[in-house]
Amino acid sequence: MKEIFVNPLNKNNPVTVQMLGICSALAVTSKLEPALVMALSVTVVVAFANVIISLLRNTIPNRIRIIVQLVVVAALVTIVNEILKAFAYDVSKQLSVFIGLIITNCIVMGRLEAFALANKPWPSFVDGVGNGLGYGLILVIVGFFRELLGSGALLGFKVIPDKIYEWGYENNGLMILPPMALVLVACVIWVQKSRDK
Amino acid sequence: MQKEKNTYILIYASVMVVLVALILAYVSDALHPQQAKNEAIDKMRQMLSSLNIVSGNKNAESLYNATITDSYLINSEGDKVEGDAFATDLAAEWQKPLAERSYPVFEASVAGDKKYILSLRGAGLWGPIWGFISLDEDKKTVFGASFGHEGETPGLGAEIDKPAFAHAFSGKKIFDPEGRFTSIAIVKPGKTAEGKDYVDGISGGTITSRGVDAMLYSSLEFYVPYLIK
Repeated sequence: MKEIFVNPLNKNNPVTVQMLGICSALAVTSKLEPALVMALSVTVVVAFANVIISLLRNTIPNRIRIIVQLVVVAALVTIVNEILKAFAYDVSKQLSVFIGLIITNCIVMGRLEAFALANKPWPSFVDGVGNGLGYGLILVIVGFFRELLGSGALLGFKVIPDKIYEWGYENNGLMILPPMALVLVACVIWVQKSRDK
Repeated sequence: MQKEKNTYILIYASVMVVLVALILAYVSDALHPQQAKNEAIDKMRQMLSSLNIVSGNKNAESLYNATITDSYLINSEGDKVEGDAFATDLAAEWQKPLAERSYPVFEASVAGDKKYILSLRGAGLWGPIWGFISLDEDKKTVFGASFGHEGETPGLGAEIDKPAFAHAFSGKKIFDPEGRFTSIAIVKPGKTAEGKDYVDGISGGTITSRGVDAMLYSSLEFYVPYLIK
């Protein structure tokens, strides 16, 4: 049980090992805050989609299982979006289209196919939370460095003192652009691989 | 009943779709009043922000009521027409022929001075962008501005909704000294625009910046007959 939770955080991380969900990792990580909210939303969606599919697993006809999964995920994402709009309007405004894009996040479908269809609800829930957090972990690491080096800020607050700018330091505009997210993800993979060798 | 039979699959899919539709309809219906309220408050905050007044979700409504003194619609001739200015959706107005359009004008009083708030709407990189621009009593000089967007890239185009970008508009003029309408240009940082006032765009957010430029021109153009009256 512990492994189901811990594996996706490191040894079987959905982003760095399975190479899933890279595209949303590029889109929402130019700042730390959207990265955090995205991580949370994906975790909620994967966890609950896993539970629902796991509960239904013995009734789902094999031939239309992907469609069933898609409907469950799409419904959950729509509900999350509506709830954010009603109770966390500012956050929903910031994430806007990316919430809808959770539907197409390969991690969600991947976990439903690979785990929830063959396992009981509780392990599926743990698996969903684990994978959501594993994804979120990478998002937060990448978001941290991109905002720090790209805007000199964290969560919108300036953290690099003016003194350093006077000495000639400049924010790296490249960090804000999507390609640098790929480079940073690659660096994370590099560190992880050489550590776990 | 066998799971892989066509009848089972058909029934399964139909029941699932109907159930999901019911749930979504219920959620959407139940949350709608709260969402509509959020949207109205958000709009008030943006309008207050264009007057350089910072407001929170809690005090937006009372500040709005205290600041905005009058609101009305104007047509393409610059004459006042009947209608609810706050509820007017510029996106819908755009679809109409020019002669039937009506744009909202809000009059506000800031520290005793009369200001006019005009509504803007245009297209960014990924979706619609909008904004409010407030003019001094001379109807030429910008007092403040605020911008919003649906889904511009965070850190790049999305920066248009930050005060840092909007504040640059204060004091700019939308008419040249001869009284011709020029709008305000958005230029690449470091560049200049000839014959009109300009503001630096967002580095890396070129298409969104261009969108703001086009939005200012096309939206303000409609107000010109009203402004020169």
